[in-house]
Amino acid sequence: MLDYINSYLSDTVHVTPGEAGNFFWALVYIIAIFAGLSVAVIAMNWLERKILAHMQIRLGPMRVGPHGLLQPVADAIKLLLKEDILPSEADPLVFWLAPLIVVWTAFTVFIVVPFGPTHAVTDMNIGVLFMLGVSSLSVLGVVTAGWASNSHYPLIGALRSSAQMVSYEIAMGLAVVSAVLMSSLNAEGTGTLSRIGLVQAQEAQQTWFIFKFFPLGLIAFFVFAVAMVAETNRAPFDLPEAESELTAGFHTEYSGFRWSLFFLAEYSAMIAVSSIAVTLWLGGWLRPFPHALTGETWDLVFSLFPGITFMFLAAITFYSVARMPKHPYFRVQTIGLAGFGAVLALIGLALFAPPVRDRIQDVYWFVVKVAGFMYLYIWYRGTFPRYRFDQLMKVGWKVLLPIGLGVLILTAVSGIVF
Amino acid sequence: MQPVATTFFFYFLSAVTVISGLLVITRRNAVHSALALILALIGQAGLYLMLYAPFVAGVQIILYAGGIMVLFLFVIMLVSIEQSLKEEQFSKLWVVGLVSALALGGLFVAVYLKGKGIFPERVMIPPETSNTQEIANYLYGNYMFAFEIASLLLLVAIIGAVVMAKKRI
Repeated sequence: MLDYINSYLSDTVHVTPGEAGNFFWALVYIIAIFAGLSVAVIAMNWLERKILAHMQIRLGPMRVGPHGLLQPVADAIKLLLKEDILPSEADPLVFWLAPLIVVWTAFTVFIVVPFGPTHAVTDMNIGVLFMLGVSSLSVLGVVTAGWASNSHYPLIGALRSSAQMVSYEIAMGLAVVSAVLMSSLNAEGTGTLSRIGLVQAQEAQQTWFIFKFFPLGLIAFFVFAVAMVAETNRAPFDLPEAESELTAGFHTEYSGFRWSLFFLAEYSAMIAVSSIAVTLWLGGWLRPFPHALTGETWDLVFSLFPGITFMFLAAITFYSVARMPKHPYFRVQTIGLAGFGAVLALIGLALFAPPVRDRIQDVYWFVVKVAGFMYLYIWYRGTFPRYRFDQLMKVGWKVLLPIGLGVLILTAVSGIVF
Repeated sequence: MQPVATTFFFYFLSAVTVISGLLVITRRNAVHSALALILALIGQAGLYLMLYAPFVAGVQIILYAGGIMVLFLFVIMLVSIEQSLKEEQFSKLWVVGLVSALALGGLFVAVYLKGKGIFPERVMIPPETSNTQEIANYLYGNYMFAFEIASLLLLVAIIGAVVMAKKRI
């Protein structure tokens, strides 16, 4: 058993656990990704409220814990304790199945997400295709949820959602194909659909695909960035759950734990599509300027970034501790916030240790890029008004689809000419 | 990577496909039938994976399970379930059905008993890593003309649908 575990750690193995056929490490990666995702969703829940609130010059959650830090925990407890209602006219089996479909698809796609050259559960030859395919299955969950509720608002929400997701999938696919086409510009002339292979192609061509054939890569990235917001039903394309007209869209009849499954799936789907954008256009796990700024010094400088990030967060926390009201009522909260800052600082210190910082590099840069997209999602929600349904369809079919096709053809032409 | 527990997965995926295929024709509720059909298609995608055809499996999931079945559900959802449940749904052509089922079953049995000579002893297993590239080479190299004809056919179908749906273009 120990030999089996150690066999993957030997220096000769340079592939993901899935390819090496090592079940133990594949399981470790699956558990680590699942835990990381859950933490990320909790953090996103808090960050979204806080950032949106600050954009609207409000404070956001402040009561539960210092600066509302314990609000997601309180929410989770509330959702778990809530009564789970099954509408009497609903179709029980399908009603039960729908949230499961959404969660299954949202989490299954993560087995091909490459956090580093070897940090993925497995690397598939059809990685990108697999991801697009499985995430397109989540439409089924939305449609069945709306139908099984046997109520008008959910049904309309589900119809809108399926129309929207099916139309934007096409624009998304075209943008992805143009990036895959760029990966084929090597000596052999064959591209790849494997996500690790796509990042390695960017490393070999010494440029992120967003800057390739400027501005073609940028336009393809833009098409994908718009389509991915529509795919995940987020503002400004959150018509399926437009609360002013459809109460809550397809999950109106869901409550308690089942509703929280939809919530979980929505956020992990956001992370999943952002990770596609990062691997295809933003160089995946590659650090900035891996070719321009080489050498020992630059390697050292960039390897200090993870620790510095956590130290910066800790510094902000300690600044907030200093600004806490001095009244005795706030003593527990101040101590709690100081403890939180101490934990962040300790993590930062641990990330400065040479063995840790060398191993965490790839994961750090990947996560930072994905986190940038998550911030953009919140920013969109705070900035853009919601589209009308016909405008949404017009953008999808008459703007993004022709642009995507044009970019695809121009990329193919430039690939031959240059 | 070598596949593991192939026998188990083959029987498991076959069982999923066959059972959900039976559910498709026995459920009275059309939405349940459609969901069972999706499960059958996903089981088929798994079988394609076992045949070293990852690209076909991926396309099966994207096109059939993800795309076409969503449109199926879309249409079925708009049908009034209460009314369709009361109506007589099953075809009365059971004699024809029985004959064709017997013929197909006989064919299967015949192939099982005498099929050894028909199939090659060993099949060359293509390397999994270049599967997609191989398909692309065949599709855009050897069978370019057939591929273009098929796309033209689809274009005609799309134009026909638009002409039929829109009274005034």
